[in-house]
Amino acid sequence: MQSKSLKSWWRRASQVAVSILCAASTASAALAASNDKPISPTNIFAPDSTPAHSIFRLSLFTLEIEGVIFVVVFSLLAYAVIKFRRRKHEDDSEPPQVYGSNQMELAWTVLPVLIVVVLFLSTAQVIHRVQDARRPAGTIEVTAVAHQFWWEYRYPQYDFVTSNELHVPVSDPGNPTPTYLGLLSADVDHSFWVPRLAGKTDLIPNHPNTMWIDPQETGLYLGQCSQYCGTQHAKMLLRVYVQSRDDFDRWVRQQQQPAVSDPSVAAGSALFITKACFACHTIRGTPAAGHVGPDLTHLMSRDTFASGAVPNTPENLRSWVHNPNTFKPGSLMPVPNLTETEQDQIIAYLLTLR
Amino acid sequence: MASESIPLAIHKGPLAVVYEWLATVDHKKIGLMYIVYALLFLVVMGIEAMLMRVQLAHANATFLSPQVFNRLFTMHGTTGVFFVAMPILFGFGNYLVPLMIGARDMAFPRLNAFSFWMTAFGGLLLYASFFAGDGFSQAGIAPDVGWFAYAPLTSTAFSPGHSTDYWTLSLLVAGVGSIGGAVNFVATILCMRCPGMTLSRMPLLAWMNLVMGGLVLVTISPLTAAQFMLMADRYLSGHFFDTAAGGSVVMWMHFFWIFGHPEVYVLIIPCFAFISEIIPVFSRKAMFGYPAMVAATVSIGFVSLGVWAHHMFTVGMPSYGNAFFVLTTMVVAVPTGIKIFNWLATMWGGKIRFATPMLFGVGFLFQFLIGGLTGIMLATAPFDWQLGNSYFVVAHFHYIIVGGILFSIFAAFYYWYPKMTGRMLNETLGKWHFWIFVIGFHLTFDFMHIPGLLGMPRRVYTYEAGRGWETWNMISSIGAVFQAVAILLFVYNMIVSYFKGAPAGNDPWDAWTLEWSTSSPPPVYNFAAVPVVQSRRPLWDIKHPEDPDWKYE
Repeated sequence: MQSKSLKSWWRRASQVAVSILCAASTASAALAASNDKPISPTNIFAPDSTPAHSIFRLSLFTLEIEGVIFVVVFSLLAYAVIKFRRRKHEDDSEPPQVYGSNQMELAWTVLPVLIVVVLFLSTAQVIHRVQDARRPAGTIEVTAVAHQFWWEYRYPQYDFVTSNELHVPVSDPGNPTPTYLGLLSADVDHSFWVPRLAGKTDLIPNHPNTMWIDPQETGLYLGQCSQYCGTQHAKMLLRVYVQSRDDFDRWVRQQQQPAVSDPSVAAGSALFITKACFACHTIRGTPAAGHVGPDLTHLMSRDTFASGAVPNTPENLRSWVHNPNTFKPGSLMPVPNLTETEQDQIIAYLLTLR
Repeated sequence: MASESIPLAIHKGPLAVVYEWLATVDHKKIGLMYIVYALLFLVVMGIEAMLMRVQLAHANATFLSPQVFNRLFTMHGTTGVFFVAMPILFGFGNYLVPLMIGARDMAFPRLNAFSFWMTAFGGLLLYASFFAGDGFSQAGIAPDVGWFAYAPLTSTAFSPGHSTDYWTLSLLVAGVGSIGGAVNFVATILCMRCPGMTLSRMPLLAWMNLVMGGLVLVTISPLTAAQFMLMADRYLSGHFFDTAAGGSVVMWMHFFWIFGHPEVYVLIIPCFAFISEIIPVFSRKAMFGYPAMVAATVSIGFVSLGVWAHHMFTVGMPSYGNAFFVLTTMVVAVPTGIKIFNWLATMWGGKIRFATPMLFGVGFLFQFLIGGLTGIMLATAPFDWQLGNSYFVVAHFHYIIVGGILFSIFAAFYYWYPKMTGRMLNETLGKWHFWIFVIGFHLTFDFMHIPGLLGMPRRVYTYEAGRGWETWNMISSIGAVFQAVAILLFVYNMIVSYFKGAPAGNDPWDAWTLEWSTSSPPPVYNFAAVPVVQSRRPLWDIKHPEDPDWKYE
């Protein structure tokens, strides 16, 4: 009688266990959805660069081990709760008292130790592979400098600076051209996190860090600052444009040019100096050489401004210049305090910065 | 003779009652004050959480400004760790430890009162920032630097005004209280045990509070030191965290987390203690593997001191540094596993009574298992490079703090409320509380993992549409409403049962430890005669003289 109910219970328990496993694997498969219809542009389970791939494989391995642990322990708990609950008809006598068992306790000490050893070794291997990777020839060097609340990108090999939209060439696994990011901070702690390309690394004042990516598909990769850095931490977004080598080279040549000088917007360009915009912003080829705010030399070559928070349209630029707090309350850009005409003139000037 | 008519109880006016509570050095009264104080702050932090959940229910919401949101998560976290979890656990420890080891009070009753009042004033100081944090700078009230307050966001350049000073001072003051309390726990447990209660016969609750006390002594000190350094930086031109003058902001992280991670164990070990008392009584069996439980607790205490930099996998430590902290962190899983298996083995073969304390106990086991497994995911450093500082982490630590710590605190309330008040909590309301809270908890925190996996960082006051985060955030926010309803039921139950609950008697759960041998609530002196014990379950020995424990231990 006892053994029969035990057996049927085990059958039921194993069915429950299998269905939980199925549900869990379906769920993770759903999260790692195909690229045709991605459920999120920032899904950590849709890697597209070697560091993100290494992490993804380790994640799956960890999840498999933990799935087994969960099913075993949960089944034991469920069994104990169902099987050993006090029945209504039972008398008040106490069950047999058991004080322990050295063999069993040894077993559930040694088994976890073995699991820890396996997990640790596979983790250490991935840490080493990602952190201690050698730089091949043809590596692109970019220095990312985080500011409250935007990103500055310096390309020392090409001698120019841009902001908020990072461009890198696609990397062919056969002939890799990874991008190494030197990570600096101009003020407080920040963190660079584009989930599909790599894990995050912090940008800390006076504590230079590095990370690397080698994206294998062209396209736009999104992310955002993931270390709380003040009021507008939420709108310090990251955009990484992965381009074919030709497109990237063309973009570099364009960014290397100084700003175009268009006499028809001379009024706006003069205002840029007299209204002190130049104190914070750089426009190469003009006297404006500030380093506090983003470089605007090729502002109109970018899809967004305000660190990815606002689409770069003339109307949005105008609202921004009118009052940056409309889009980003707490942004460090002061309200420029311009008349309507002056706003028109400044916007006309900015629109020429292609 | 006149002395015959000395009354035992004198009717007191309300002022006298207030004075009695303010001036008390009785460990039970101090314990209750800790608990009530923490419950008030639990409601406050819950309201803060609800406001944040409203803001996060939709993408690009404008219900709260970024400034207000940042203050709310800072206050929610700081309040939760320092003014809810710690005081409530210190309160239960204060109340229970002397009773369970057969002592008449804590070792240093006046220090005990001093510790409570320091903690209490620390919390009031934190909230005083709402009135005075602005200073003359218009810099904003209430701290907004996050509960771990990474430098240099706390420097005067980035945090003018006084809000950060209130944060620093309140933690400093509360820290002194915690150290006083810890000294008292350690001294009481080592020196005040009743005759016959050797260390190996101590209830697990006493053992675990001993380890907790030791951990507090070791870990609050670096936090206090860091707060002094921060104050020196802010007002005395110190350069500890000033990178322009050769200081290091990473040093703040080390100081904070060598406090901050053991702090997690300071909070969870007393909860292990509740569970280790409740599961045996409601399974009607002795604790399985008592020596292993003690060894596991002590080893968790030691190992937890060497894991702090797993909060810093993304700050750019060298690969061998990262690997070291992966190993130490994973090692914690071994003693933790021993505990889970020992609790399961205690239930195995028992006759489990599912009264409310046990329901919360089983909820704890289930959720602590999952929280532990997501903890191992985060311990895997490369996985943490993705998950760290995302909503996955927020979901993980709420699984531990709410699903583990708060559930076991609820279990403890239902279990010891009868001892503390002399009346039972209502079981029907208790079961409603349990089930509504379970539903709310799982709605909020199960689904909160997913936006983290989809790239949502923590501490953002709003988020972009189109990232696949909206649905999960909405479900989390709906769950918060269920949790709030359950908490209201709990508060209602405690108030109504205090006046109308069924009388408890000395020993309503047919339990085995010494606190159940005295009246409910216990008299000021706890025991008429100091008890003498022969085993870990003195009341079992009395109830079963034919089969006492001391024959087997």
